[in-house]
Amino acid sequence: MTVNRRQFLKMAATGVGASLCTTQAQALQRETLKVSPDAVGMLYDSTLCIGCKACMVACKNANGMPVESTDVNPMWDTPLETSGETLNVIKLYKNGTGEHKDQLDDGFAFMKRHCLHCVDPSCVSVCPVSAMTKDAVTGIVEHHKDRCIGCRYCVYSCPFGIPKYEYDKAFGQIQKCQFCAHLQAKGEIPACCDVCPTGATLFGRVDDLKKESERRLQAKPGDRYVFPRGKFGSDRPPHEAAIAQYQEHVYGLKELGGTQIMYMSAIPFDKLGLPVNVPDYSYPSQAEGIQHTLYKWMLAPAILLGGLSYVVHRNTQKKDDEKNASERRES
Amino acid sequence: MSAHQPVGGKIITRPFMVLSVLFMIAAAILLARFVLGLGPVTNLNDGYPWGIWIVIDVMIGTAFGCAGYSVALLVYLLNKGEYHPLVRPAMMAGLFGYGLAGMAVMIDLGRYWNFWTLLWPGYMQFNSVMLEVALCVMAYIVVLAIEFSPAFLEKFGLKDIHKKLNKVLFFFIAVGILLPTMHQSSLGTLAVVAGHQISALWQTQLLPPLFLISAVLMGYALVPFESILASMGLKRPMETPLLAKISYVALIVTLIYLAIRVGDLLWRGALGLAFTGSLDALMFWIEMALFIVPVVLLMKPANRIKARTIFISAASLLVAGSLYRLNIYIIGYHPTAGGSWSYFPSVTEMLVTLGIFSLEVILYLIFVKRLPVLHHAPTA
Ligand code: SF4
Ligand code: SF4
Ligand code: SF4
Repeated sequence: MTVNRRQFLKMAATGVGASLCTTQAQALQRETLKVSPDAVGMLYDSTLCIGCKACMVACKNANGMPVESTDVNPMWDTPLETSGETLNVIKLYKNGTGEHKDQLDDGFAFMKRHCLHCVDPSCVSVCPVSAMTKDAVTGIVEHHKDRCIGCRYCVYSCPFGIPKYEYDKAFGQIQKCQFCAHLQAKGEIPACCDVCPTGATLFGRVDDLKKESERRLQAKPGDRYVFPRGKFGSDRPPHEAAIAQYQEHVYGLKELGGTQIMYMSAIPFDKLGLPVNVPDYSYPSQAEGIQHTLYKWMLAPAILLGGLSYVVHRNTQKKDDEKNASERRES
Repeated sequence: MSAHQPVGGKIITRPFMVLSVLFMIAAAILLARFVLGLGPVTNLNDGYPWGIWIVIDVMIGTAFGCAGYSVALLVYLLNKGEYHPLVRPAMMAGLFGYGLAGMAVMIDLGRYWNFWTLLWPGYMQFNSVMLEVALCVMAYIVVLAIEFSPAFLEKFGLKDIHKKLNKVLFFFIAVGILLPTMHQSSLGTLAVVAGHQISALWQTQLLPPLFLISAVLMGYALVPFESILASMGLKRPMETPLLAKISYVALIVTLIYLAIRVGDLLWRGALGLAFTGSLDALMFWIEMALFIVPVVLLMKPANRIKARTIFISAASLLVAGSLYRLNIYIIGYHPTAGGSWSYFPSVTEMLVTLGIFSLEVILYLIFVKRLPVLHHAPTA
């Protein structure tokens, strides 16, 4: 036997210790962040969207993004997904004959995809160099390419698959919708909300938009309803249409801690490419919970280092003494 | 007199030439990477932004590099002096594993010229696991270099500095134990934030301890693996008795690992996924088998004194730990939104990884032949 009982017990104890700390790790979770009272957001109502893609054009213009063609003969801007060249894309759900709008079978529906400006965003939590930031007041999640090291942890971690890197450039950068922060700074509204003809893409304070979505859910399907356009509460002439048979739930109220972009739709959200069956807490609350507990004030590492230094010092000292003694004996 | 001696012999040999050619190929591909961008030479995409350069070269490479850490745990923490002959080669393995991982990161970073922001206090984002890993690994490379420096100091007869270094070396050894404890577990924490995008077969808040323990056991596996290869390749006698002991340690750590791993799966009720006939399930079973085979082998004391079974077990554990990491970060990772994605490394990507590995072996050969790294006589 090469390892004695004591040694075995010692090792086993280390193992049990590790597993004990980690059972607690399940409870290691910080609070999910709360939405700022002055947060701005967007309500996208799929049932109002007519798929005109005006918002896609406006987004490209407002942000100086290039045309992206996926055709064999490049003639039009035809992105299929958000990418390093496209921050906003209208996608189509289609089933069977695709005849009826907002119908699951033999129907179709539109979906607008871009950054959801999460209340507790993964991309901000994971970025090592603060190149993703969330404004404390508006809650807009912005990217700062001048500090970004291109590690793509934000790409890896975003549960909505949003940040995109430009792989085909020698000096590529991360691209994502920044809610037209540059326009909002000038008192304007995001370009996509500005051009939407039906109010499907509506800008406003998150609070107001939540209440608006409740009103829509409470209205009777088929009834006429006055849909605000552009910015909620502005004097822009509204759009009148019939209320659709909505899904009971507004996406973004609670998913992964909530998002400032919220979705209403007549067909289930997973069909529109959003992750469902996700927890109500944010993933950063779990990851940061572990980190904060282990590294609070760097206390645990400091204590560990102190202990290690002591033990190693004692053990190496002893060895040196033995060595010196044996060298003396030899000479 | 030091107990370590250079092996000597010619540097430029046939294998050396082959390895150099592999390295040159990688260098040429890297030139293309820096001129054209990551896209043309890799299959990376926005669904799989991390490929084998990160998962193999960094995550698995540094786990291999845990040899130095694992042996230091035994020698300096548990005070098992008999393992002392293994310290220096293990430190060297650590230095290479981590140094080249650092290199791989620089190659993979999409905006490497902004690297300095990691060290700029105004930008450091302390909630980021990535920041902790980056700073920790940078510091550890320096510590490993200091821990390994006696080999240089002996070689060039710098006795004074060596003496002075010996007085403070205990502190660096302590830091050298602390840092991998931190970042090897954090390499697991890194995946926690991916949430549902990683299959429940792997996603758990226990990733930090599982990563740490599996890195330690890979360290204990690498020592006999490397030692036996070196004995065969450099025609030196085997250190079998010592390797038998360390294999036993590897066995214990593996048992602890498996207990936590399986316990966690049962507790979360995720084991059902292993019976779904998916690729995830298949890879899960292969991973588990690779952990269990060495346990079965090493349980029998007779097998622990045979170089053959020691070697097979060690190799199996190294592959197991590697596959565990690949499974988490690539195979079991399913980006669900923003497109339908797939990833398999491109040939050029693999050649770069192979080239970096070749560089590691090249450096190993030069170091053991010219520097006092290996113990001069097999120890009983
Ligand atoms: S959707 Fe993704 S990129 Fe946008 S804020 Fe949330 S985590 Fe960040
Ligand atoms: S790629 Fe840039 S923005 Fe994204 S996490 Fe890394 S440093 Fe931050
Ligand atoms: S908010 Fe601005 S950047 Fe974002 S999708 Fe709309 S137009 Fe594009």
